[in-house]
Amino acid sequence: MNAPQLPQGLGAARYIGQRVLRKEDPRLLTGRGQFVDDISLPGMLHCAFARSPIARGNIVSIDTSAAKDMPGVHAVYTQADLAHFNAQMLSFFLLPPEVEITPLAGSRVCYVGEPLALVVADSRALAEDAASLIEVEYEELDPVVTLADARAGPPIHPGTSDNVSAEMGDEELDDDLAATLNGAAHLVMHKVVHQRISQAPMECRGVVATRDGNEELTLWITCQSPHMIARWVSLSLGLPQTAIRVIAKDVGGSFGLKNHPWKEEVSVILAALLFGRPLKWIEDRYEALTTSNQCREAEMTLQAAFDAEGHLLASHGDYACNNGANPQGPDNNIAVHMFLWAAYKMPAYAFLTRGYYTNTMGLAAYRGPWALESLIRETLLDKAARKIGIDPVEIRRRNLVTLKDQPSVSSMGIPREDITPAECMEKLLQHFDLAAFRKEQVAARAEGRYLGFGLATYVEPTGSAGSMPVMTGELAQIRIEPTGKVTATMSTHSQGHGTATTMAQIIADRLGVAYEDVTVFEGDSARGGFSPGAAGSRQGVIGGGAAISAADLLAAKVKTIAAHLLNASAETITINGGMVHVAGAPEMSRKLGEIAAIAYGEPDRLPPGCESGLEVQHRYQPPPMTFTSAAHACVVEVDAETGFVKILRWISSEDCGTVINPAVVEGQISGGLAQAIGMVLLEEMPFDARGNPLAATFKDYLLPAISDIPEFEFVHANTPSQALGGMRGVGEGGAIIGPPTLVNAIADALSPFGELPDTLALPLTPTKLLSVIEGRDLTAHSAPAPVVVSADVPASEPAPAAAAPAGEVRVEGAWDMVLKTPMGPQGMVVTFAIVGSAVSGRFDSPEGTQEFSGGTLEEGRVRFDLKVEKPMKITLKYDLQFDGDSVSGKCKMGMFGSAKVSGTRKV
Amino acid sequence: MSEHRVNLTINGRRHAATVEARMSLGDYLRDEAGYTGVHLGCEHGVCGACTVIVDDRAVRSCLILAVQADGAEVTTAEGLADSDGTLHPVQQVMREEHALQCGFCTPGIVMTLAALTGGQDKADEATLMNSLSGHICRCTGYQGIRRAARRLAAEPGT
Ligand code: FES
Ligand code: FES
Repeated sequence: MNAPQLPQGLGAARYIGQRVLRKEDPRLLTGRGQFVDDISLPGMLHCAFARSPIARGNIVSIDTSAAKDMPGVHAVYTQADLAHFNAQMLSFFLLPPEVEITPLAGSRVCYVGEPLALVVADSRALAEDAASLIEVEYEELDPVVTLADARAGPPIHPGTSDNVSAEMGDEELDDDLAATLNGAAHLVMHKVVHQRISQAPMECRGVVATRDGNEELTLWITCQSPHMIARWVSLSLGLPQTAIRVIAKDVGGSFGLKNHPWKEEVSVILAALLFGRPLKWIEDRYEALTTSNQCREAEMTLQAAFDAEGHLLASHGDYACNNGANPQGPDNNIAVHMFLWAAYKMPAYAFLTRGYYTNTMGLAAYRGPWALESLIRETLLDKAARKIGIDPVEIRRRNLVTLKDQPSVSSMGIPREDITPAECMEKLLQHFDLAAFRKEQVAARAEGRYLGFGLATYVEPTGSAGSMPVMTGELAQIRIEPTGKVTATMSTHSQGHGTATTMAQIIADRLGVAYEDVTVFEGDSARGGFSPGAAGSRQGVIGGGAAISAADLLAAKVKTIAAHLLNASAETITINGGMVHVAGAPEMSRKLGEIAAIAYGEPDRLPPGCESGLEVQHRYQPPPMTFTSAAHACVVEVDAETGFVKILRWISSEDCGTVINPAVVEGQISGGLAQAIGMVLLEEMPFDARGNPLAATFKDYLLPAISDIPEFEFVHANTPSQALGGMRGVGEGGAIIGPPTLVNAIADALSPFGELPDTLALPLTPTKLLSVIEGRDLTAHSAPAPVVVSADVPASEPAPAAAAPAGEVRVEGAWDMVLKTPMGPQGMVVTFAIVGSAVSGRFDSPEGTQEFSGGTLEEGRVRFDLKVEKPMKITLKYDLQFDGDSVSGKCKMGMFGSAKVSGTRKV
Repeated sequence: MSEHRVNLTINGRRHAATVEARMSLGDYLRDEAGYTGVHLGCEHGVCGACTVIVDDRAVRSCLILAVQADGAEVTTAEGLADSDGTLHPVQQVMREEHALQCGFCTPGIVMTLAALTGGQDKADEATLMNSLSGHICRCTGYQGIRRAARRLAAEPGT
């Protein structure tokens, strides 16, 4: 294991970089954790839901009388009871959905398992008994289940014209790009179909809600940040945020699922407000698998053109995801395209990306939500290498951005300053003798054993802050008590991340006190301040920076006070082992606690103007984004008789900058890799044609066990980032780089049988691999599968193009418009002033007002540019067609491609 | 729903209760006896989080009924460490090997390892690994759990 290197001036590293034992563990190992289901309040009652057995239909009637009559049942609520709260469902970015989503189903159901009534009873068992007595009459409709259904089928949500929930990019391929693709020496086309996944944290969702008096609400809830929940619930219910206290001391994993409350949690909160007694709902595993938000289901086609030597020339991607009916964000996953080629020298890239609604469970986030970019790129590169006849290492060497190529900007506008995927790969190859492996592989094949080597490289955006309202900096508040103990309240939150450990390491290090004397408190919205918590691999980077800066401020204050008290100069003071020392005067040493006692209790002894007490807070604002890089390699053996894959070796070479605690970093990577192995080999949430989820237990939804996961080897590269302390995020990487590493190894192992199918559909079950093995003649070693070469963009729907003139149209005046941005639909009022064919006007939105001029009007078609500064500097090019009282068209958003605009005349 | 009288010992303390026939031992231990260190991750016998020791054997408490534990001696994760806070050897090794993250699967894994390494005939490494394949951990990728089990198999019996 490499010794961590620290950036200049970062302490003596007594704790940073060490495998310090975790503070959380004694509590968790002895059964003393505090998870939601461990909370019991006086008078608390239990909840269960009645759920829809059909995927799409109208509710004709709900009869709750038998359930209400059951002894032990206190109340049964339907949406009619909850409606008056007018609770607003919100996305992670705190935006309302564009289709109607209510806590309980109102007049229609749109997925199997949608909750439509909530029973309050003495026990969970009784509540479930009663829920089964609720009679619902439906008018059933044919469901839209798959992406193909969504494209062809009727819109599932009233008031929409199709099932496209979000769309960006260009439908027509730019002429230059088409020419480059068609004219290239090699054009490789690759399609990946990613199955639906269940995040499946071991602790299911749950909430205990209690109304305290008239206006306060206390929640114990599974989450990724109590502060985020408090803000979400306060906006949803229209209550002050401070009136809502959210406690989540221990959360049993989340991985993106528990970012914010969804239908069930909101229903329980509203029921608790209505009923006036504490209510508890603890999701069981059947509910968790079938009716918790799921993730990932998507398909993508990627084309990449190479010159004769295998250098990248141009690429085009077409992506679609199945968002389900009520997704937490109606996403088109623009991040896939932003980061697809960010680590590579890719001159030109264009894309089309769409999200669709279907009558399935809605999607939510999962570790590296954009991970398909790495899976499809890295598997395409290996396919290309085989086609061009070069090694997988060589194709990456020829195309990866190295430190020498930086600073530079990717073709999608991503600035690259210190990414190191190429360096990680070279470092990895020092630990893996590829030439020796190739010999072993040949020898094994002669014995009928199929070994394969898989390699993948990537970069990952982490520690994002400042571009979206919820992605804030992180707060550290640190106090030295007169006891000499140090306590900190942080905005971070752990669902297993160990932030109480890593933040304490940093604070102890920077303050010069013992790790044992530092306690970090988080997990309660009444402490610390806002942050979105564990979202986007940010806590080590930003929380770490906050801990450093707050500790440094506090150390400076200690030194100022000690210098004054001891009649020394501040530069001669050091703090070490909880003692304050004066250089050259050991007899003057004082305990930190003594200084603290004076700071709080005897302000007269402090230097003039010095605030009493020894407590500081700092909110650290990092650079907008910090990149983590990695290269991974694995070796597999595929059993040609059974199709089973055995992973023999796996090496991670990851550059996550300064490592605070190697055990925590390796734990994050390992957990992500296990999830990656699950996605490639085991996990799948299938639906039947009627939209029924088919994996309802852990006997159908296969999670990796210890026997499926190899030992991982770690090579840490440590290029300090530009964030304070030099950390880079490491929470998601394993789940992003793991899948292509493993798929590439399997494809390599099976290369004697030809290529994997042109469409790579996960999971790669033994049955699927056997069909590759058995579908080929073993003697036909040298015939690779034909590669589909086509520069045509797959068929796309007609755009609401601004083409047809629409006679006399009155554009002048105010219009309500919606722009479908990557973060969700954004509403605004646009007011136009027309002079001849010149157009000027004004945009009004919650973000502010902005004026524009210099536009043109031509037969109902209005075109103009709008320069915006936030969240980034970009020129929006609007092209709108007005027709009567409606308007539609698109807005070209620089590197983000195009977004749809629609609207109506304001009345 | 019929009700039954049960007497059992949990972590060395005697408990007497009246339970519904359908109540699982796991629910009883958590909700009635207050041992919330027993975690329910699936309630259908796959995840292993609910594992406790019943009469010296590791048992999935979601798969047996409270009435079946009448007269039994039950140990949960709360009952392993010394009262002064000194961790049980299994807990100590798991801590040193960073065998947990969120800690939800942890009590079950601790109990399986404690049951298999605590008695006279201590299980070997292969047996421990086989038994651990009945525990799901979604966080750690099993690296620390495997290291801990190896160490426990190698260390002299307790
Ligand atoms: S809860 Fe008993 S095995 Fe999962
Ligand atoms: S530590 Fe979270 S499930 Fe094992």
